[in-house]
Amino acid sequence: MNRTLYDKLVDAHKVCDLPDGDMLIYVDVHIMNEYTSPQAFSGLEAKGLDVWRRDAHLAVVDHVNPTRSSQPHDAASKLLIDNLEANCAKHDIAFFGLGDPRQGIEHIVVPEQGLVVPGMLIACGDSHTTTYGAYGALGFGIGTSEVEHVLATQTLRYKRMKTMRVSVDGETAPGVTAKDIIMKVVHIVGAGGANGYAVEFAGSAIRGLDMAGRMTVCNMAVELGARAALIAADETTEAALQGHAHSGQFAFNGETWVSDPDAKFDEEFTISGSDIEPLITWGTSPDQSVPITANVPVASDFTSPKAKAALERSLQYMGLNEGQSAQSIKIDTAFIGSCTNSRIEDLREAAKILEGRTVAAGVEAIVVPGSAMTRLKAEAEGLRAIFEVAGFEWRPEAGCSMCLAMNDDIAMDGERVASSTNRNFEGRQGRGARTHLMSPAMVAAAAVAGHLADVRDFK
Amino acid sequence: MNDKQMTKTIKGIAAPLPLANVDTDVIMPKRFLITITREGLADGTFADLRFDNEGQKRPEFILNKAPWTRASILIVGDNFGCGSSREHAVWGLRQLGFDACIGTSFAGIFYDNARKNGLALPAVSPEIRDALLQIANDPNGAEITINLETRTITAGELSEPFDMDDATQTSLIRGRDDTLDSLKHAAVIREFEAAMDADMRVSVIK
Repeated sequence: MNRTLYDKLVDAHKVCDLPDGDMLIYVDVHIMNEYTSPQAFSGLEAKGLDVWRRDAHLAVVDHVNPTRSSQPHDAASKLLIDNLEANCAKHDIAFFGLGDPRQGIEHIVVPEQGLVVPGMLIACGDSHTTTYGAYGALGFGIGTSEVEHVLATQTLRYKRMKTMRVSVDGETAPGVTAKDIIMKVVHIVGAGGANGYAVEFAGSAIRGLDMAGRMTVCNMAVELGARAALIAADETTEAALQGHAHSGQFAFNGETWVSDPDAKFDEEFTISGSDIEPLITWGTSPDQSVPITANVPVASDFTSPKAKAALERSLQYMGLNEGQSAQSIKIDTAFIGSCTNSRIEDLREAAKILEGRTVAAGVEAIVVPGSAMTRLKAEAEGLRAIFEVAGFEWRPEAGCSMCLAMNDDIAMDGERVASSTNRNFEGRQGRGARTHLMSPAMVAAAAVAGHLADVRDFK
Repeated sequence: MNDKQMTKTIKGIAAPLPLANVDTDVIMPKRFLITITREGLADGTFADLRFDNEGQKRPEFILNKAPWTRASILIVGDNFGCGSSREHAVWGLRQLGFDACIGTSFAGIFYDNARKNGLALPAVSPEIRDALLQIANDPNGAEITINLETRTITAGELSEPFDMDDATQTSLIRGRDDTLDSLKHAAVIREFEAAMDADMRVSVIK
């Protein structure tokens, strides 16, 4: 009785060992989108192969579609969307296209449909598939060649990862969200600190999170390099499994999908929840963050010439001065959306800040609910009205939008965005665009203030 | 497969790209992803580093300077290939003429994508990587040889082992198609499915 949750999940899905050290693992559910799957389908075609199991896949349009309208905004994106629909029709695969009431960002849609339960293995051609670890399921991103492999065999070639446990103990202060917890973890472990690891999140601050918060944590675990993120199943997980379209298909075996008490991890990190403040990123890697009460680093904070050079490069791209206060950073745009933070819970948190307040002059503020179902729920709760009265643009369609700017929501060269998304890479939200990552409530606060602001000042 | 089709060594001029955390958005910006084929991605590779806003080559960027315009190996910073799962990044690197990236650590999805496309990612210690960066800085163009069979990198006087797991090594040397190879195990996959718990078997509602 000393296996980790990760090892239990791998063991349960191992089909066979392969001669060269890999194994074949079985994929329970495979999710596809329109931009990482076309070449997988054409690969099948070229090799004369069929889909192994048609009912184990779900395809969702989310990356390239506009969110102002349910019609593609240009011919190139229409080609990708039509291509996915045609491939799904040909192979009899479930397809949630534009206008479908179930459409949305894939990682928002899957839990909404009840397609993830503890003990499952879920693969998807998208790095943020780590999200499903929130349910005690093994979710991970794959490339297009692997999408082809899953379609053809329902399995993947796999090499067992090392294990890391990150424990966040104690209570977090008011105003500190799941986003701040994971941003703190990324800051401490580093952007590549968990390469080669499956990371289990534990501790009272993690157990105290609702499912939305747990998904935010597991979603961004990929930003520390984790190939998988996990949180043990418990009563919170069980409660979240009821009432969805697929709920009747699965049993809940929560007691199985936890690490044994004597399980050993290859690496351990412990973080005190009370040490976490609302964070913002100042640089071009998700680990480059500081508390909102602090200043952008200065060169003398670093010892190695490489680190000093990295700081200089990041600051130059971001148009910031070393040592300037986080709250002195003025923004052009506020964006709430993405698979990290566009669930109903995220919208509620942001709306609390916006109620009775207005967006600062000159700031363009956009909110893109994560799915059509999320949008309807938010509208029924009156959240849309709060956002719109405050001056946010409420998008009628769901998608990844400005998180990665593959649709028509592209930030301009030099445009500075307070963003509830997951990556602040150079060019991520548009060529030359400057991204500051933070929680959705912090984005709302920044939108109102016109500069990065401390959500705790907005009582 | 006969010996002629096997790739046992990779040889070429190496270019230094020491930045840490080079992500797949930087390797292949999203405007090149709106495609349903694998082809035509050479121009998109490192596009924002290679070209300015007007589409002119940035003369200061390493891959725009001789002798590194002929480079087929990159010596890269830590955590290369992080971020998005887009295999387009690997397709683009191959189409721009790269056979290998030598670094200290690579993001997991990028690593697996590389293997599927014959892009070797030998992993070395930070000290060896820094020594290789020095060598690659040679304005006369330093040639580096990667022996996949012996897992050794040689460059001038330097000869050092590198890390690569067995499955990746086999895959790169043999140029194996993993999908077709895995289908040899079809009977075992069917047995696994037959033994699966019914209450864990999904049937996605259309």
